[in-house]
Amino acid sequence: MKKLTLLTTALSALALAAHADTINVVSWGGAYGKSQVEAYDKPFTAKTGIDVNMIDADNPATPLKAQVEAGNVTTDVADVEMSDALRYCDEGLIVPIDPATLPPAPDGTPAAKDFLPGALQDCAVASIVFSTVYGYDTTKFKDNPPTTIADFFDTKKFPGKRGLRKGAKVNLEMALEADGVPAADVYKVLGTPEGVDRAFKELDKIKKDVVWWEAGAQPPQLLADGEVAMTTAYNGRLFNAQVVDHKPFKIVWDGQAMEWDLFVIPKGAPHMKEALEYVKYATSTQALADQAKWIAYGPARKSSGPLVGKFMDGTTEMKPNMPTNPDNMKNAFVVDSGFWADHGTELEQRFNAWLASN
Amino acid sequence: MTDASAAPAATSPLITADGKPLKAALGRAQRRARRRALFLVLPLLLFILVSFVLPIGQLLERSMHNDFFSANMPRTVEWFKTHRPGTAPDEAAYAAVALDLQDAAKARTAALAGTRVNYDLPGTRSLFTSTARKARDMQPPYKEALIAADPQWGDPMLWATMRRVSPAYSDDFYLAALDRTRDVHGDIVPMPKDQRIYVMLFERTFLLAAGITFLCFLMGYPVAHLLAVLPLRKSNLLMILVLLPFWTSLLVRTTAWIVLLQREGVVNDILVWLGLIDNNHRLAMIYNQTGTIVAMTHILLPFMILPLYSVMRPIPPTYVRAARSLGATSWTAFRRIYFPQTLPGIGAGSLLVFILAVGYYITPALVGGASGQLISNLIAFHLQNSLNWSLGAALAALLLAAVLVLYWLYDRLVGIDNLKLG
Repeated sequence: MKKLTLLTTALSALALAAHADTINVVSWGGAYGKSQVEAYDKPFTAKTGIDVNMIDADNPATPLKAQVEAGNVTTDVADVEMSDALRYCDEGLIVPIDPATLPPAPDGTPAAKDFLPGALQDCAVASIVFSTVYGYDTTKFKDNPPTTIADFFDTKKFPGKRGLRKGAKVNLEMALEADGVPAADVYKVLGTPEGVDRAFKELDKIKKDVVWWEAGAQPPQLLADGEVAMTTAYNGRLFNAQVVDHKPFKIVWDGQAMEWDLFVIPKGAPHMKEALEYVKYATSTQALADQAKWIAYGPARKSSGPLVGKFMDGTTEMKPNMPTNPDNMKNAFVVDSGFWADHGTELEQRFNAWLASN
Repeated sequence: MTDASAAPAATSPLITADGKPLKAALGRAQRRARRRALFLVLPLLLFILVSFVLPIGQLLERSMHNDFFSANMPRTVEWFKTHRPGTAPDEAAYAAVALDLQDAAKARTAALAGTRVNYDLPGTRSLFTSTARKARDMQPPYKEALIAADPQWGDPMLWATMRRVSPAYSDDFYLAALDRTRDVHGDIVPMPKDQRIYVMLFERTFLLAAGITFLCFLMGYPVAHLLAVLPLRKSNLLMILVLLPFWTSLLVRTTAWIVLLQREGVVNDILVWLGLIDNNHRLAMIYNQTGTIVAMTHILLPFMILPLYSVMRPIPPTYVRAARSLGATSWTAFRRIYFPQTLPGIGAGSLLVFILAVGYYITPALVGGASGQLISNLIAFHLQNSLNWSLGAALAALLLAAVLVLYWLYDRLVGIDNLKLG
């Protein structure tokens, strides 16, 4: 079987090798994928002559694992979440990237100092910070709008259906925050059996009112259809619904869960050198700042912050809409991927069991 | 003698025109035809072998085989082999772990071994990765060194778990897929209550699939009958109405149901407008089991109608007319004359719909909410999110086995020869 798959991919690789200067980048598609095409791919091709072939995946980490395990890698660069980047690095599926090879900031600050803390990992370079926040329909809460994460879990004071991502990650943390745990202590509490019980108890309060979503495009749709009164969502998606589609939504930043998106290069990538060039270019100060023109995700470099300007519509200031904006970070936490690597199996299983029971 | 003289003539071999025995010539010709036939089906055979049989075989193997631990911790595995279960780990055992971890740290594989242990004992993945980082500088005695690195290395449960996962082949994933696990003594025990899920989901999947099959039968039978008895021109028009949704993308149809059934959807709007329900008490018809049943029944309906139609079409209407003329009521004529002749179609349609429904994935994922989730959604979860492919494979293998058992039962009860697909 292995030989056969090798053969078939060798054939398809041959077809690709026809254009030697094309690299395959696997990312998440949608508005996010578009922002990468505009801010990274087009200028990169203009500068180096290397074409970039963007491939969409529900989660780019899944095909990457399959490719490396089967020994036929066609991906050159993948855009993955932190938990997968750490896991794959530990398992030797992706190659180490030396931060010293990354370009410094325009003022000469070395990359290692320019990136936000946690953005540089052994095998991965972060490009953006995205966050899970909740948004609500302003027409449904005119006089008394929700302002805190606790309000999301309070269906008495704020009646209406809720949208939540179908999964334990982030939901358990937010439930604890709503129950009064400060953002900084969330993982300390969640690390204890009592803490887990407490989180599920909080989720119990709204379970019968929840509509569960899976794909990032779903929650803005649920909100627009009036199917839910408020929902958690990725902030960029809500922003696009607000600004591009002019929906009457408002984001509540309290209790936001921040996560990194990182570039990784799989072991055995067919264009290793070009892949590294791409990662260097895409995570340079200007490219990261340019991306904010297309989507409301925060750049991973400090030096990109001041360069962030207006959205592509030319009127909306991006800075107040970034997860990394100081006003939005007052009660924020960064999702602890190490914690989820250890406890994900158990907590996701319990979550699935909780979800399926009536 | 006259009787006997006939005998040699009968037994003497028949000869073909060119003087060869007919039997041999016939055999050769048939062999050639068979070979030619084989060449004709060879591409399909190879295709099925490569794209179907081999992957399923691989999947079955993966559900039993996981060498994350055994391949990366060889010394430890060796120690477990040479020491009986229940032996307290001695210095040699700790040395084996420490040296294995040193190698694993160099090869970046400590996390793999940890991941395998973590499946059975949550929270141990980082134990392996963090200890592997420290293992480089470890000196004997290793027992003290490891326990100093992390006190969990002294935990008997950890050692029992490592022993259990040390063979590459095990039934662990099947146990997990049946909500079972092994305790510290190696006895099979049920999972803690808040971790049990799969057995319940298997039950739900089969119940829902059976319900959907029945609904398809109830709705499909009259339609198929109408198609079969109408004049050709009208029945063709009706057939298009059946086939048009059949040709439409699955996702489009599922999304259409979302538009129709959601709280602010068409159906609820009409009910509110008619005054049948209050605006604040709109019906929840989607993102739950109801939504799954409605959408899946609609999507699978053609798979019931088409085999039924193909069986009903050739049934001569004269049979029922004859029964009526002999004094049977219309109900008796249907029950004793018409219905039995459609049984092969019912069998084929039901089997098709049921097997498709059991493995359905995308529709329940989109419209099922929490209560409409089926086992296939959990299989997808393990293949895409948790990346525990062995457990996903075990669940899939159990599903496959259950379907095969049902198929066998069907064959015993109804007989597979009674199946007509067209």
